[in-house]
Amino acid sequence: MVNPIQSLGAYALRQVFSAGRLGLFFIYTIRGIILPPGKFWPTVKQIQFIGTKSFVVIGFTAAFTGMVLALQGYHTLTKFGSEGWLGSAVGLSLVRELGPVLTALMVTGRAGSAIAAEIGIMRIEEQIDALECMAIDPFSYLITPRLIASVISLPLLTSFFNVVGILGGYLIGVGLLGVNEGAFWDGLTSSVDWSDLSMGLVKSACFSVIIVWVCTYKGFYAGVDEGSFGPVQVGRATTDAVVISSIAVLISDYVITSIML
Amino acid sequence: MATENIIEIRGLNSFYNSRQVLFDISFAIPKHHVTVIMGVSGCGKTTLFRHLTGLKKTDAEQIMVDGQNLGRFSETMLMQYRRRIGVLFQSGALFNSLSLVENIAMPLKVHTKLADETIRIMAVMKLNMVGLAEFSDYMPSQLSGGMKKRAGLARALIMDPEMLFVDEPSSGLDPITAAGLDRLILKLREAYGMTVLVVTHELESAFKIADRIVVMDKGRVMAAGYPEEIRNAKDPRVRQFLSREADASKTDAESYYECLLGGTRR
Repeated sequence: MVNPIQSLGAYALRQVFSAGRLGLFFIYTIRGIILPPGKFWPTVKQIQFIGTKSFVVIGFTAAFTGMVLALQGYHTLTKFGSEGWLGSAVGLSLVRELGPVLTALMVTGRAGSAIAAEIGIMRIEEQIDALECMAIDPFSYLITPRLIASVISLPLLTSFFNVVGILGGYLIGVGLLGVNEGAFWDGLTSSVDWSDLSMGLVKSACFSVIIVWVCTYKGFYAGVDEGSFGPVQVGRATTDAVVISSIAVLISDYVITSIML
Repeated sequence: MATENIIEIRGLNSFYNSRQVLFDISFAIPKHHVTVIMGVSGCGKTTLFRHLTGLKKTDAEQIMVDGQNLGRFSETMLMQYRRRIGVLFQSGALFNSLSLVENIAMPLKVHTKLADETIRIMAVMKLNMVGLAEFSDYMPSQLSGGMKKRAGLARALIMDPEMLFVDEPSSGLDPITAAGLDRLILKLREAYGMTVLVVTHELESAFKIADRIVVMDKGRVMAAGYPEEIRNAKDPRVRQFLSREADASKTDAESYYECLLGGTRR
């Protein structure tokens, strides 16, 4: 009779412990900004990895998202005779929601999984232990550059997504479906204003923190709770990182939207 | 001539969650000498190693370093301690994204303000010491396991530490390279007066380099003393370990049959 209660209690304790460890992880990462080693070149390298190398993926995603939006938007708007508002529909959907969220999800899948795996492998090969034994703060060396790089890269990638998406929408809407070009751009520029853009940018900044925080945390503690350090633990850490990041992005999307709308 | 002890372990008990892995470990590590901790796999020597390098939390009063309580070290004190030690992990633990020379140079880059040229020269010198100078610009993935280990040793030595901790130096090495590493450890003790702690299960290597030997089994210290004392020990478990005898448990056909069919029902 005691056992289910005992397991429940143990489970609750483990969750509290993990939550605390997650919180401390973030604090140590922030503290890493002021600790050695130098951050500039490692951050630049991470900007290249997280940002620059994601351009092609984001470009493709954005183009086809914009094109589908135009297609779907047109077929719905013609029912009300409002095809002229296509520019507005495409622009607002991208800037407010699809740009930040899809960019975050694609970056999670591409860079987030790679980061979790890389740090997880460092954990199982005792490289993080080696850093600590050399009196080098592992947060400062490994995690902080990635956080800074992500906060810089993701809003930029989101803006790129928005531009390419709108162009994709234009291509299909005006080029294929015959929407009036002037109406498209006029609708776009009159509907999308700074509050929409700032919502998108605030979202992508928050998503950037979530993605790096979750993915590096999962990699950093790969195998630590079980006490066994092997490929299975790295694989599990990577999978968990991507799944939890994605869900966290979607939940925070709702929260930020409800606050800022 | 009394040898000063740099580290004293007093009644160390260690747990992983609720499972006890170390039971009342007590011995001393003398300065400027090579101490070898020997034991079969699973005897707890790696856990002890992790306590000594500060990777596993130690309770107060159980490990004293230079008379100071390792268990009560603040973060700053722990950092200072770690700058005095060099650690070689079992697989070398090199960073995959950096070349060999960059790996060795890292502690210097972080902790000193030396010029890049100077740092590179010092790193190449240390690589020379372990026979890897011509592989300076190779990446770790291009090297064999033994070479990675030697590079790891070069990195452990780059800051000229007072104490060197080595986890299983000969594992994965061919006999010639292993012997070379043994000679290097002895040279470090002679030339620099380095205190060296080696964790190993290789008997020959241990007796060749050790000034003190500690034999462990199932989380306890079985014997500790000079190599000749250990070699002539009367304890049957020590004798068994030294003569490399497997556990001679006698089984009868009936219980073996049951074991095969029913899992661990013995």
